[in-house]
Amino acid sequence: MPQFDQTLDVKGAKCPMPLVKSRKAISELPVGKVLQVISTDRGSLADFQGWVKTAKNVELIAQETVQENGQELYVHYLRRTA
Amino acid sequence: MTTPMTEAVDTQALLARIAELEQRVAALEQSPAQGIEDRLAMVVFSGDLDKAIAAFIIATGAASMGLEVSMFFTFWGISAVKKQKVFSGKNLLEQGFTAMLPGKLGELGLSQMNFFGAGARIIRGLMKKHDVASPEELFAMARELGVRMVVCDMSRELLGIKDEELVEGLETGGVATFLGDAARAKVTLFI
Repeated sequence: MPQFDQTLDVKGAKCPMPLVKSRKAISELPVGKVLQVISTDRGSLADFQGWVKTAKNVELIAQETVQENGQELYVHYLRRTA
Repeated sequence: MTTPMTEAVDTQALLARIAELEQRVAALEQSPAQGIEDRLAMVVFSGDLDKAIAAFIIATGAASMGLEVSMFFTFWGISAVKKQKVFSGKNLLEQGFTAMLPGKLGELGLSQMNFFGAGARIIRGLMKKHDVASPEELFAMARELGVRMVVCDMSRELLGIKDEELVEGLETGGVATFLGDAARAKVTLFI
């Protein structure tokens, strides 16, 4: 698990809310810091990969899928680059 | 076989060629992609709930990616940005249109399987059950993200829709308003 500075919990939220909320959280994060986004939306794995291709000043460091109470969690690590 | 003399000439020509190409690259970098911006422009022509949902999801998603988003509401699509029905001050035909058309986003029907509004209610129920943001929430989110919303004034007048029937704070414009944004956009959609 990569190091991170802040966590955003978007469990239950469906497309496009994880992206919209991450955008807001990233813009409030200091440059260079890492945001951990925890989602239950399976589509968010591909969504964040596509998101960072266009979104400016943000990079996707890692993604992982973890099990929690029999539920799949999709965890994304985003760094604000500028 | 090349002599050392011609080799020197070749190098000279090559260097000149490289210098010329460097200049052209610099010129292109000054105006990347000939004025294409990180921008999405869409026409919302349909007054169907399912298509409005798609339009607002794409708009909010694009805005979250840092694209400048413009939505141009025309013809039946204007129903998606109405807030109420007003009958006073309209002629009979306009009153007929007002009666027949949805009075707000909440009254839009599906493009298929609508069954006089039952289908739309079922889809809304399913969206709620699956924690998908409601059409109204998506609309509010789009506005919060600074999505530009323009209502086509020509079709608004044609359908007899009054300004007080529309949601506050929308812009009015025409085809050139849309094309002004679309001509610079990376993505254009007609929904």
